[in-house]
Amino acid sequence: MIKVENLSKTYAGFKAVDNVSFEARPGSVTGFLGPNGAGKSTTMRIIAGLTPASAGEATIGGLKYRDIPNPGTQFGVLLDASAQHAGRTGREILTISALTMDLPSSRIDEMLELVSLTPTESKRRVKNYSLGMRQRLGIANALLGDPKILMLDEPANGLDPAGIHWMRSLLREYANRGGTVLLSSHLLHEIEVIADEIIVIGQGRIVAQGTKAELLKTAGTFVKASDASALANALTSAGLEASPSGDGGLRTEAAPEVVGQAAAKAGVALVELRPAEGAGLEEMFLELTAETQRDTTTDEGVTV
Amino acid sequence: MSTATVEKIDTGKPGVPLGRLVKVELRKMFDTRSGFWLLMSIAIIATIATIACILFVPNDELKYDVFGQAVGFPMVLLLPVIAIMAVTSEWSQRTGLITFTLVPHRGQLILAKAIAAVLVGIAAMVIAFGIAAVGNLVGSALNGVDPVWDISAADYGYIILANVLGLLVGFMLGILFRNTPGAIVAYVAYSFLLPTIFGILAALQDWFKDLQPWVDFNFAQTPLFDGGPSGEEWAQLAVSSLPWLVLPMAFGVWRVLKSEVK
Repeated sequence: MIKVENLSKTYAGFKAVDNVSFEARPGSVTGFLGPNGAGKSTTMRIIAGLTPASAGEATIGGLKYRDIPNPGTQFGVLLDASAQHAGRTGREILTISALTMDLPSSRIDEMLELVSLTPTESKRRVKNYSLGMRQRLGIANALLGDPKILMLDEPANGLDPAGIHWMRSLLREYANRGGTVLLSSHLLHEIEVIADEIIVIGQGRIVAQGTKAELLKTAGTFVKASDASALANALTSAGLEASPSGDGGLRTEAAPEVVGQAAAKAGVALVELRPAEGAGLEEMFLELTAETQRDTTTDEGVTV
Repeated sequence: MSTATVEKIDTGKPGVPLGRLVKVELRKMFDTRSGFWLLMSIAIIATIATIACILFVPNDELKYDVFGQAVGFPMVLLLPVIAIMAVTSEWSQRTGLITFTLVPHRGQLILAKAIAAVLVGIAAMVIAFGIAAVGNLVGSALNGVDPVWDISAADYGYIILANVLGLLVGFMLGILFRNTPGAIVAYVAYSFLLPTIFGILAALQDWFKDLQPWVDFNFAQTPLFDGGPSGEEWAQLAVSSLPWLVLPMAFGVWRVLKSEVK
């Protein structure tokens, strides 16, 4: 279990991480979602003991990172797939890690096979690797010591769709076996499909956290008509509050049934009517990524 | 739920011992193309220097000492560069992200790097002197004279010590700068510019002349190439190493322990 309590990191007056608390529990995949520069990587580096925290602390199974004996065999970490020596071969990079952790060399072959790097590819220097291959190598490196806890920063970056699908099932299986997974992404969809628990971070602060179901359920209804203003009028006269939601549609807190009735009453033909699953999260996330960020976020989902 | 057993960290596991880290660091010094050729260049340059001695040095002056000096000179630059790269690559190639994650005890890791660098330095010196010895044998055989072995075992030790000190200076600068070109430039300034400045100062100011062996680390090392330091000269070596090696090294290590690895 990874536990982060009231963690803060300040750089010359700038708060990169601001009082962040969350847990990543065994048996589930915890998604750490936020736009670029939100503080995800800084938080992860603090967890791995690479960056000292300004306040608060991060523990792994109750221990500080530096107190974990032979940490690679208990807590697998991938922070940046590009941070590998360009002049070493993929196999050599795994060999160095395996020697450090005192693992048999057979483990290297197992891992290369797991991440589908062929023997020929593994003998090429990393500078000739694509980002996707580096990502696979990084995942192999994190899994090398057979750890029970995994932390991956943007592991899907550079992977092709098949690779992303592969990684998803790999992590799902890992969590199902009782492992703890914390992974970050700046893409909502990626986190949505893989994570059981979602933590949304923006400007160093956690803006929402909860299970995927919790975050998605309170989203209301998405409705769209070819005559958007007629639809808006219909909803207003029915006493429903609605707000524009991408693609010329509207989103409201009311149930689809109520919205449909209101539209029918006003004689507005609908193009789309559906529960707005995830729309709340999406809007919140869009708002976070928008250049003009506000301090307060929408009250959909579970705000903290 | 069975998950309770899974989340626990096994605190009874053995940690990563220093000996294993030294082994890994030694491997890391050889396993890149640049590292490999840097080490190879020691043997290659030593061989070239030895052949040049046989070809160009007058036959009656061809003694082991001449060969030793010829192969020793390139070491003054090569060994520190090896030490610098052993340190700085963790930052310039950003491998530190993995290294310091697998070994969170950074002090132990730096110690392992220092030991590995010193071992490589000593091995390189032994190999270079071996090549020089072959040169001495070949040279005297070509001249039809008996080879002259005018370097004693003690001399060897002193010369190796001097080169290890130079290597440690490189290591210190690597730790201090954590950037390969910066550390190499600093080393060149340190070992070529600084002695010149001190030399001029000593020539112009009488008061500094007496002080020089106590504050000029390079100067204090000269007895190591001259048959070994006396008691006072050992003391001078130790004292002058404080500002030029020990203290900056301590400061650099302290900063590495505190710094952020990105």
